[in-house]
Amino acid sequence: MPTITLNRKVFENLVGRRLPDEKLKDRISMLGTDIESVSEREIVVEVFPNRPDMLSEQGFARAFSSFIGEKSGLRPYTAKKSDYEVIIEKGVDAVRPWTACAVVKGISFDGEKIKEVIQIQEKLHVTYGRNRKKVAIGVYPLEKIAFPVRFVGEDPKKVSFQPLEFPKEITGLQVLSQHPAGREYGHLLEGKDRFPFFIDSAGKVLSMPPIINSHDVGKITESSSEVFIECSGFDYDVLHRCLCIIVTALADMGGEIYSVAVKKDGKALLSPDLSPHKHAIALDAVNKRLGLSLKETELKKHLAAMGIGYEKGHALVPCYRADVLHEVDLIEAVAIAYGYDKFEENIPSVATIASESPFAVFVARIANILVGLGLLEVMTYHLASVGMQQEKMCSDIPLVALANAESLEYNTCRAWMIPCLLDVLQKNKLHEYPQHIFDCGTCFMPAKKSEDSDTGVVEHDRLAVALCSENADYTAIRQVLDYVLRTIGVGYAIRPVEHPSFIAGRVGRVTVAGKDVAYIGEIHPEVLAHFELKFPVAAFELNMSTLFGDVILHYPEAIFSSLFSIT
Amino acid sequence: MVKEREGNMQGKKGDSALSPQEIAESLHPLERAVLPHVRESSPFQSLVADSQKQEIEVMRALQWLANKGLIELSELSAFFVALGANGAAYKASGLPEKRFLQVLADTPLSVDVVARRASLEKQEASACLGLLRGKAAIEITKEKDLTVTITDAGKRLREKESLEEKFLAKKFPVNTSTLAPEERFALESLKRRKDIVSVVERKERRATITALGKKVQAVKVSSDTLDALTHGMLTDGSWKGKSFRRYDVAVNVPAIAGGKRHFVRQAISYAKRVWLDMGFSEMEGPLINTSFWNFDALFTAQDHPVREMQDTFFVKKPASGSLPSKKLVDAVSCIHESGKGARSSGWGGKWSADEAKKNVLRTHTTVLSARTLACLKKTQMPAKFFAVGKCFRNEALDWSHLFEFNQTEGIVVDPDADFSHLLGYLREFFTKMGFPQIRVRPAYFPYTSNSIELDVFHPYHKKWIEFGGAGIFRPEVVIPLLGEDIPVLAWGPGFDRIILDYYGITDIRDLYRNDLKQLREMKMWMR
Repeated sequence: MPTITLNRKVFENLVGRRLPDEKLKDRISMLGTDIESVSEREIVVEVFPNRPDMLSEQGFARAFSSFIGEKSGLRPYTAKKSDYEVIIEKGVDAVRPWTACAVVKGISFDGEKIKEVIQIQEKLHVTYGRNRKKVAIGVYPLEKIAFPVRFVGEDPKKVSFQPLEFPKEITGLQVLSQHPAGREYGHLLEGKDRFPFFIDSAGKVLSMPPIINSHDVGKITESSSEVFIECSGFDYDVLHRCLCIIVTALADMGGEIYSVAVKKDGKALLSPDLSPHKHAIALDAVNKRLGLSLKETELKKHLAAMGIGYEKGHALVPCYRADVLHEVDLIEAVAIAYGYDKFEENIPSVATIASESPFAVFVARIANILVGLGLLEVMTYHLASVGMQQEKMCSDIPLVALANAESLEYNTCRAWMIPCLLDVLQKNKLHEYPQHIFDCGTCFMPAKKSEDSDTGVVEHDRLAVALCSENADYTAIRQVLDYVLRTIGVGYAIRPVEHPSFIAGRVGRVTVAGKDVAYIGEIHPEVLAHFELKFPVAAFELNMSTLFGDVILHYPEAIFSSLFSIT
Repeated sequence: MVKEREGNMQGKKGDSALSPQEIAESLHPLERAVLPHVRESSPFQSLVADSQKQEIEVMRALQWLANKGLIELSELSAFFVALGANGAAYKASGLPEKRFLQVLADTPLSVDVVARRASLEKQEASACLGLLRGKAAIEITKEKDLTVTITDAGKRLREKESLEEKFLAKKFPVNTSTLAPEERFALESLKRRKDIVSVVERKERRATITALGKKVQAVKVSSDTLDALTHGMLTDGSWKGKSFRRYDVAVNVPAIAGGKRHFVRQAISYAKRVWLDMGFSEMEGPLINTSFWNFDALFTAQDHPVREMQDTFFVKKPASGSLPSKKLVDAVSCIHESGKGARSSGWGGKWSADEAKKNVLRTHTTVLSARTLACLKKTQMPAKFFAVGKCFRNEALDWSHLFEFNQTEGIVVDPDADFSHLLGYLREFFTKMGFPQIRVRPAYFPYTSNSIELDVFHPYHKKWIEFGGAGIFRPEVVIPLLGEDIPVLAWGPGFDRIILDYYGITDIRDLYRNDLKQLREMKMWMR
């Protein structure tokens, strides 16, 4: 979430009132923004992504002033008519088809104001603009531009201009590799036949969105008082809203907004249109969702506190608001104005029957049996390294690897638990022996053709038990498995198998009711060497999902009589 | 181990309020064997000899007696003379020079003959030559070979026991502090010779009886007191009429450790208990999900930053899964693109099925709520569900970040539910979790409206802590899954914070460090 820093003095002038720190913090927080810090000079807040209109001092102050009742209600903004024209040409369709534009006059740009404009632009780029992909914003000194401006798609090798803060003229294509902004945002244009350019009627390049403005036409200075603003992207509504957020903030700085005719395919859109849009809101729906019994006048008052107008069953939502997708958003606004701290708390007397997952109960039972044997439960990560799961185990077990892991140590989902336990033993080499541990957790395998899974991954919960001491041997681990299965009334058979992680001739496959459920044996000394272990380890790994899902659930008798035993 | 505990091995010094009589009765047989022999600065070795016990036994007894304040132990550094390999041999067969003299006669003998008769090594023999000539005990003449004749002085020397011989006759090791001046002289002379004697430093323990110890020594204890109660005694009844040695019941004992559930599991069980008490049913589901379930079904826009690589773990292979029924997919895609079907404006843009197929490690347990709602029938409402489980975010591991975290989540599906009920459930839930004071403030999540951020007041640390989100699912979430807009109240606090707080853990990695020492000593979850 974006953090913005507000100049407290500017903020208070805009709000029209100064609040003591505690009150200020409380109100900011209850309006729905996270407060980071408040000092005499600055207020630092985190703005939620549904309120890009609050990313400027002006927008934030507008919302806040309304909320504390200083200047509430819908703020009127108007755009004056003008002759400015921007023509969107066909060539740009495939790369960045839309723009919404405006002109703002009458602001004397000092250093502070330029900084504010840049902050708004940057915050909107990162958040609402999705790092310029969805919206790119350009601000230009009006006096350098000859209208009409054309928004065109051109061969980037054929258009040259001097990018902002760059010593010389280069082609659009070269910008991607040579200019810092080109390197950062170049991926948004890479591989396109045509790049988008704003070009004025004198043939001067204004900018190459979403990358960079030109040096001479694309930079506002303290001598500027009139600016041309464009937002380019893919969805006109989104661009237009972004434009409204900027121009209303500039209007709050004292600017006058002028509309621009944006022409595409022979049709003209008047940009921006600052009138609010109507959204239906039913008093009944408000009261039902909130558990209140508000009257219409109260509804109107609460909406006003959130900067929203109201007219007979309709809310008038300001053009710069991005947070109203549905009536529920208006209802939420009413709730915020009403005050989350003022609601009654009710628990309806609705009877429901609780149930715990039978599998979770089963796992807990087995764990308790192991605890009774004096074993210590550990908890290991679901993520592991490919090396730990395969090479260190001398195994080629198939893995579900991650595409974008931060660290090599945790770059795959684990496929089995024994390596995780050996890893724990390795980390505890210096602690007292014997070390008898267990862990039950989810393991991941690519699904076989016969297995049903919407992700192509099969997840099983597996229980691993490891005994590590001078006397850890097959008999010792077999006794543990035997005790566990006997205690839950499950008979089993073991057949000798080969497994590269275990000592040949000392490893068995355990079957219950014809299903393979576990491996059991003594870990191979080569594997132990990989984990730097100096005491033998005997271990088993039991597939709890199979044991429970494919075996136990098929024998309900086992649950109803201790005399019944699954074999 | 058992024996040691009987012996009061770690008794705290001086905390015994027992009378000398009681102390005497509580003494271990080893203590009883040693105590009578302790006087002023009694050397350890003499106590071993006097008590006729093993060194290790005496050592233990002394430690226990010292712990009880009956004796004081001190350690002196002393130097001891020990015999070397040659020293031991000479002690048995005499010094070479004496043996040399003993085979000499008045007639000259060659050195070789002398050496053979005296069974001396060549080297020893030539050492004797130098030594004896220096004392004028022999005359050496050189003919074909070197020959030797004994002198009168030599004869006298032969009859007399030398200082060195006297010294070697002592019982080794010898404490140097007990040596007379002439013995020191002999020691110095022998030290210069090869491997006869060496001087080593040895720590010598000494025990001194205390005033209390003297009183205990004076007590007459019946030899009839029994030590351990045995199977034999119980079988033959020989315990009858006898008293048992008294134990110091306040003594510290060595710690033992048992099997235990992991402390995070204990906390999870506790959270489950809270949900079950409130009538919620457990939801389960896979950790890897398609983005459809993890994001799209929860109305998270396809260009939302959380769906980018730096926030969410994606699966390399299989990178994509399959989508559920066409009906559900169409409903969700329609909601995203235009909001149609839910009187919403949607997110706009084109919804991509490929994006929705991407496999991810679930980022929240809310994915389980979405899956549950998709299967829920109207006749099953009202219904309450919960989940406790691991979720993932693509973060590097450090003291405050883990890529795995525990989330717990509950939903109430109730046609009559409203916001005030959500607040009521939250109050109830957090009271049961041990935090009766809560406060809520507005927040934002893509899938809820109203959205709540919740703080609880920590009754022990006396401060507000952030606890997680809650809200009412948006119609854009509910309508595609349930078919109509029925209020679904939801809250999903992460609860690793409660665990960290309870155990006073500051480095979050310690949750899963699996340090067995830590786990063995860890306190049980007591809430």
